[in-house]
Amino acid sequence: MKDLASPMTDTRINDFVLKIANVNGTGSASANGLVMKAIFRMGIPVVGKNLFPSNIQGLPTWYEIRVTKDAYTARCDDTDFVVAMNAETYARDLASVSPGGYILYDSTWPRPQMHDREDVTAIGVPLARLCNEHFDNARTRVLMKNMAYVGAVAHLIGIDVDVIRGMVEEMFGAKPHLIDANMKAIALGLDYAAEQYPEPLTVRVEAMDKTAGNILIDGNTAAALGCVYAGATFGAWYPITPSTSLMDAFKMFCDKFRVDQETGDQNFCILQAEDELSAVGMVLGASWNGARAFTPTSGPGISLMSEFIGFAYYSEVPLVLFDVQRSGPSTGLPTRTQQCDLTLAAYASHGDTKHILLFPANPQECFEMAINAFDIAERFQTPVFFMTDLDIGMNEWMTPELEWDESYVPDRGKVLHAADLDKIDKFYRYEDVDGDGITYRTIPGEHPKGAYFTRGSGHNWKGAYTEDADEYQEVVDRLTRKWESAADAVPGPVISESDTQTALGIISSGGCDGAVREALDRLAKHGVHANYMRVRGFPFNAEVEAFMESHQTVFVVEQNRDAQLRSLLINETSVDKTKLIPVLDYGGMAANPSFVVKGLLTHLEMEEA
Amino acid sequence: MTSMSKPLIDKHLKKNKLGLTIRDYEGGMSTLCAGCGHDSVTAALVQAFWELSLAPESAAKVSGIGCSSKTTAYFMGQSSGINCVHGRMPSVATGANAVNGDLHYIGISGDGDSLSIGFGQFAHAMRRNLNMLYIIENNGVYGLTKGQFSAAADIGTKSKRGIVNEQPPIDPCVQALTLGAGFVGRAFSGDKSQLVPLIQAGLMHKGFAVIDVISPCVTFNDHKGSTKSYAHTFKYYHPMIHADFVAHADEITGDYSKDGVMDVTLHDGGMLRLRKTGDDYDPRDRGQAIETLMNPSDEAAIRTGLLYLNEDMAEMHDANALPDTPLNKLPFDTLNPGRAALASLQKRYR
Repeated sequence: MKDLASPMTDTRINDFVLKIANVNGTGSASANGLVMKAIFRMGIPVVGKNLFPSNIQGLPTWYEIRVTKDAYTARCDDTDFVVAMNAETYARDLASVSPGGYILYDSTWPRPQMHDREDVTAIGVPLARLCNEHFDNARTRVLMKNMAYVGAVAHLIGIDVDVIRGMVEEMFGAKPHLIDANMKAIALGLDYAAEQYPEPLTVRVEAMDKTAGNILIDGNTAAALGCVYAGATFGAWYPITPSTSLMDAFKMFCDKFRVDQETGDQNFCILQAEDELSAVGMVLGASWNGARAFTPTSGPGISLMSEFIGFAYYSEVPLVLFDVQRSGPSTGLPTRTQQCDLTLAAYASHGDTKHILLFPANPQECFEMAINAFDIAERFQTPVFFMTDLDIGMNEWMTPELEWDESYVPDRGKVLHAADLDKIDKFYRYEDVDGDGITYRTIPGEHPKGAYFTRGSGHNWKGAYTEDADEYQEVVDRLTRKWESAADAVPGPVISESDTQTALGIISSGGCDGAVREALDRLAKHGVHANYMRVRGFPFNAEVEAFMESHQTVFVVEQNRDAQLRSLLINETSVDKTKLIPVLDYGGMAANPSFVVKGLLTHLEMEEA
Repeated sequence: MTSMSKPLIDKHLKKNKLGLTIRDYEGGMSTLCAGCGHDSVTAALVQAFWELSLAPESAAKVSGIGCSSKTTAYFMGQSSGINCVHGRMPSVATGANAVNGDLHYIGISGDGDSLSIGFGQFAHAMRRNLNMLYIIENNGVYGLTKGQFSAAADIGTKSKRGIVNEQPPIDPCVQALTLGAGFVGRAFSGDKSQLVPLIQAGLMHKGFAVIDVISPCVTFNDHKGSTKSYAHTFKYYHPMIHADFVAHADEITGDYSKDGVMDVTLHDGGMLRLRKTGDDYDPRDRGQAIETLMNPSDEAAIRTGLLYLNEDMAEMHDANALPDTPLNKLPFDTLNPGRAALASLQKRYR
């Protein structure tokens, strides 16, 4: 049964969006991943976005695969082909298809509403019937239905079945019966589609060579790998979406790399804490004792950790916190992305506190900046926030293969060990020996001369309790100097100059990067040109200030309601705030270029009017 | 004001096996009220450590917030210490211990710190069987905020202003017994002869050792009608089992069945000598310990001594298969898998 509809007039090779609508808990994730990776292995760049609910079973979930020959990295709002596997969302899914697009549905049951749109081609494949006829067990039938649509899609858009077979073999390795069953299901869908729909669709893939040297990896996994490579030995956490997979990955890599083959000893320790207060307390204890330690969490966790964060700031204990941001406030949208913890993290805790933030934009930077985070935390003896988000952390990104420089030496900061202590007369924990605001610390237990008392109460440069105004101020003023000097230690901004002379600038950070870069291409078609600076660390360095200084109008693109990055720029630089124009997106979806284009054009039109 | 160091008094003092005098185990001058029970606990800790001849730098002192938590500054000035946030000392101790189990961790807490704001962390440290000595200096009130009842206040006890407490107390020893602590003791700051050996035994116990020390607050809870006053505690104080720590080099005598003495060998080779004080009480019987504390034959009696001992429980390091070399001492090249491993690993992501 094929409905007659006018297909897209233009054939779109390697440039379209496939959206698969599923019911949560039906095992579709691996099937969808298979489709994306197969396209990637055909040498075609892809962007994958998993839109999942805060639920284990039953609520709708979507997996969007953007096939992008131009290797864009942002989400695209258009949908060209929907695989509608969720009856509950059929109507919505059909409505989301661009004119001339396609919808594949399970024709085991009649779906008259499939015919509502004349500008969309409906493709019926009786997936349930095919699977019921060929598989016995109820759960198997559900799972195999996923593989059956993989087969149908493979035929319809031209995915190489040999590539799929190779992946299924990798996936099930030592279990040949599972390889056979899955390939059988794939063949059911594929053969049916091939018979009923022999004509190729106007959206389809053709092998390219644009993914060589790249991998598909999510940011949490890459960050966890960074923790392993940085030499972190201790991690404490309390489960919270979307950070959980970071610790899961750290455990997986430690099991692989850190277990002594002879003794079975584990050269790492992961503790699941009773709450985030405890998780950060454990990390603080481990860091105080000289180990590289970290905690992955999300905004609600940072709220709970705030008291300890202030303690670590004031007593000068390194802390590495991964904030995989999700939409707030409160529980908010726990499975949707945002950049909404910037001001929270920058000034976390009571009293005068300022922290160091890092803004990775993709998994490659998650790996590299995880290592930066430990180096900077130990160099400056203070908390460092790694500000990633759900989109970067949980979606698989095409990213250049990660590289390791064997000459790397961890920067453990200013630590006096036993031999150093033997040489000096007296050790004072907060004595600014070098005049750079960073004092020497010792590791407990190494030397009696190195013993000191770490406290969150007022202390003087000797580390002794004080309520004296001058002694107190001397310490907190030094903390300001220390924090300011971190501006040159955090990764500097990445600046892309437009080929055309322009007075317009764009600033963004982290997960907005792909959307901004694509928006710049689109804006150029409208005759609008802008220079682009992506900030990668806080405090901001002189380059950031100079960029704002040298542009007449600067759009600050970010994913939160309150323009938090803009607030930090206004608060911590001498920029004239009237020239910072907020461009905001805060619905919880991965950033797409449209809001950037719209934001800029709207403002520019207003100015003209 | 700033902190004060104690005046040096030049006199000949006895030296321990490390050649250190008791002064080498002291800390800064206490700023607590004169007569505070906590200062007696501080003195007992100094004596216990000195007698055991433990190197001062081998100890790590951890505490939260409150009068009790301040005392970590008043003993063992040559040991590192961390006085963190209210009720969160157990987590700091947990992380510190995980990366270096070679130190002796001494946690000092109070009834407010452990039984109210930090009740969860107190419970979970026991559940993990963290290897540390955890002392609760229990006075039934919040001292630094001037005399509010704590969760340890007994029903019927009177505040200084005459208010009667109606809420049931949380007994840290009962909690410890139910949550899996392997060493549970109760003591009184006014009886050093019991407290010092109990501290030594707790330090040498491998696993979580909690000692609830009734430590009266002279300013806010030492009046008539208070069940945590010196007078009340002296009156109802009831030692059950006396424990002495015997270093393994010493000669061992005695037989539990004959003279009421039982020797227990600890994992480091040291020995605990438990002496009955009249009651028919077996400190190896957790059920009896709970029964005795929850359904006492004499309601008023404050049962003290080593109430429960199980020296065979796996502690946190065992449960996590941690190496003998502390994690904070592992060289970087054993932790970093290197360039080739990274390249090979990424095959799965291609």
